[in-house]
Formats: sequence, structure tokens, C-alpha cells
Amino acid sequence: MGSAAQARVPVLRERMRFDMLLGMRLALGISISDMKLFRGNRILGLALPFLAAITFAGQAPSSSQQAAGLSASAVPAAPSQTAAASSLPAAQVGGLNVVVLDPAHGGADYGARGTEGVRESEVVMEFAVQVRRALESQGFQVVQTRLGNEDPTFDERSAVANAQQGAVFVTLHVASTGLPGTARVYVNEDLPVTPDATGLIPWERAQGPFLSLSRKLGDLVQGQLAQRFKGSPNAVQSAAVRQLRTTAAPAIAVEVSSVTVENRNDLDRMAPGVADAIAKGVAAFKPSYVVAGAAGAKP
Amino acid sequence: MGLAVAVSGAAIYLPTLRQRVKRTAKLVQQTEEQARRELTQALSPTPTGPRVKTKLFWASGTEDVSLTAVTVELPLADDPVLRAKQVLNTLLAGPVDSDLRTLPPDAALLKFYLLPDGTGIADFSEALGTSIPSGIESEQLAVESLTRTLEANVPQVQRLKILIHGQEVDTLAGHLDLTGTFVVNTKPATAPAVKPAKAG
Repeated sequence: MGSAAQARVPVLRERMRFDMLLGMRLALGISISDMKLFRGNRILGLALPFLAAITFAGQAPSSSQQAAGLSASAVPAAPSQTAAASSLPAAQVGGLNVVVLDPAHGGADYGARGTEGVRESEVVMEFAVQVRRALESQGFQVVQTRLGNEDPTFDERSAVANAQQGAVFVTLHVASTGLPGTARVYVNEDLPVTPDATGLIPWERAQGPFLSLSRKLGDLVQGQLAQRFKGSPNAVQSAAVRQLRTTAAPAIAVEVSSVTVENRNDLDRMAPGVADAIAKGVAAFKPSYVVAGAAGAKP
Repeated sequence: MGLAVAVSGAAIYLPTLRQRVKRTAKLVQQTEEQARRELTQALSPTPTGPRVKTKLFWASGTEDVSLTAVTVELPLADDPVLRAKQVLNTLLAGPVDSDLRTLPPDAALLKFYLLPDGTGIADFSEALGTSIPSGIESEQLAVESLTRTLEANVPQVQRLKILIHGQEVDTLAGHLDLTGTFVVNTKPATAPAVKPAKAG
């Protein structure tokens, strides 16, 4: 076992290299894969994953952002994309108008499962319907990463958000644990940003420059949830959530408790409150997030 | 003609192939047996070693789903790799109250490496990912119980990389990111602070 297991360690490095290449491939091929996955989606059809120029209202870019050239470019992209973006005319200054909604899991991946047959992948789709409605009533355009029982990869889901200009990303989950009837919001743990020689942020750490905005969004949504669901925390929490890491946008995960309920209706009753909390939290966040010079937009 | 050559070729090659398959099967069996032996050894610390106070982090059982430290006395080894195996195996064995477990009862630590830069690599059996309750909260609790237990007892481990059956995986059970490392100790590695506990 010793020698066999030791031999596996170098494989780890190879795998990491492979994943990095996969990320680059996805960054380059994003429009093709997403057009297949989300055929007919007008927003996605318009927004190719070119660089978006992002400024943060009322706050100067951090030193790491300046080092990465993030006041001018924030979406991780391959050099060829940079060239493509520079050839496009700059668009009007815009604000936050799009919310990418991600019902987690799907297909053969049920996510958390309760003893009474409750499946996370199904519950989050029901939640997504109500969250979408609540967001649209606040004037937001909603793009879902899945509309049926598909199971896009983590990168494909992130790519939907990364292809937008000035969107926020909300991934919906149901836990196996926790006090039933409560809800928690998570943002990604600290992701030190180490841009390469080109000054671009690697796909694998796309969330890094957005973390402070994600925390702000997370606190606003968590505050709304705490008002509606007693026992929920008052502030956003940090966790190494895989889905958030590759998302180049303010991104949060909302997890409600839990699949262990004896009656599915107990969870369904939470959906309107969760939807309202997310919509009000995103609306409160909107003024602090301004997107300028949307390079990928149509003129 | 071609068929005759193929048949005679197969007749020569098949016994060799059969021997190779047998050899591979034997190797796999030996590897698994060795893993079990190592695991058993790690679970049976030297009975004559000094017993030291060891902090293990299990679920607190409170509504907020947090961890609490439980102090037990174990005859821990000085060697950081063996020591890490001992504390992680004890953590996996679970608390007296099984409801306070943070890790699945059928999960096993297959191997533990410590790289010179302070990165500990814990290789677990597949049950760690397949038997754990899926969810951000439950998966984070599991990883934190591992990192905080290592932090409290093995100061040489500065960060932890989790493998499943020797391979890097995307997530623990669909949520928590296992492609990176988890911070264990932010202080520089020092010699183990072994303080023998009072007998009794």
C-alpha cells in the first residue's frame, strides 16, 4: 500500500494541471457549451464571455485588485478573449440587472436525501420557481443554470454567471443537517488572488476579487432570512463551497434545513419566505454594485 | 491463413495474460491487506508510551451545529505522521454518543503523508464521501473536525489536503471543495509539545 499510495501523489499534480487546462478550455469554449445547454436563452446568446469592466461604487479597488488590473478587467479569460474584447465597442454604463439562479444538483445527483424521500435536487427546483418570481417582481432578469432535471458541471454553472455583465450568482441548497426551518448563507473562503504575467485571474480562483462584494450581498440576504426564520444566523458564513470558487461575480450559497423533515410541506412552506428574503437582499445590494463599460454587450 | 495465425498467437498469449491478471489481483489483495495492517497498527498505539492529553473535535450537539473539544488521554507517538494517524483514527472511531459524530462510521484513514512544507495529506476510503450527510454545513463540520483536531495535536501540520482513495476529488459530498488545502496551523511548525499527563 505504501509504495502504491506514494505513487499517487505525483498524479495529484497532473490532475491539477489537467483541471487548469479544463478551466481554460471552458473559458474559451463557453459560448458553445452554454448555447447547447441553454438554447433559446436570449441573455446568454447576447453575452459572450468577454471582459467586463467593473468598478465598485463608493470603494476604491484593493491593492490586490489593482495589481491584477481589476479596475479594468475582472472576468477570468484567455489572452485571445482579451484581444476579442478590445475589438468590441464599449457599451453603456449599467447596473446590476441579472441574477443567475442555480438550483443545485440535478439528474442522477440528488444531493442531500432524507429518510422520507425528500431530495435536495427536487426541492431546490421548487424553491427556484418562487425565487425567480420574487426577483422578477423586483425588476431583475433571471437566468437559471438549469430549468429541468439536468446536471450541469460546476464549471458550466459558473460559466453562465461569468458570461453575464454585472450579474450576481445565487446557488440554492437544502442541507442534511441543521435546525429545521432555518436558513444560512455562505460565501467562499478567502481566495488569495495571484494573477499570472498577463494580469488576468485564473478561472480556478475567479471568485477571489469578488469576495468582499459577495460578503456584502451575503450579509444582506442573511439579515432578511434571519427576520423570517427564527434560529437562523444573523451574518453570512464562510465555507469552501466548490460552486462559488469559479464564479466571477458576487456569489452566495443559500442552504435551508433540512431534508430530514418528516413532511415535505414543512420545507415547501419556507419557499415564499426564502424567495422574498433573497429578492429583497439582492435589491438592497444593487446600489453598491455598478458595472461600467460592458464590453461583451451588443452595441 | 490469417485466422490460423491469430488462433496460434492467442494460444501463446493467453496463458501469459492469465498470469498477469493473477499477479495484478494478488498485488491488489496484498495492497489492501497492507492498508488494513497499517490501520490496525495506528489504532493500537504503543501501550507503554506516555499518555498525553489529546483534544478531539466532535459535534457539540447544540442547535447551531458547531464543534466542541473533548479531551482524552492517549499514548501518542512523537513522530508527526504516526501521531496524525493516531488522532485521526481516534476521531474516526467516534465519540461515545454516536449522534455527535462528524465523520461516517465506515470511513477509514488509508494513509497519511507529511510533506516538508507542512502539508499533511490524508487519504481516506471512499466511504468518507459516500456515507457523509450531503450539505454545505455537514461537510464543513466534517472537515473542520479534522483540521481542528490536527491543529490541537500535531503542530507540524500546517495545512491539510484530503484525498479519497488516493485521488483528488472535486468535492466531499457534492458541496465542499476538496481541490485545495485547508488551513490547519498558521504558526510555523515546531517540535511536538508532548506533555505527559498525570497517571491515573
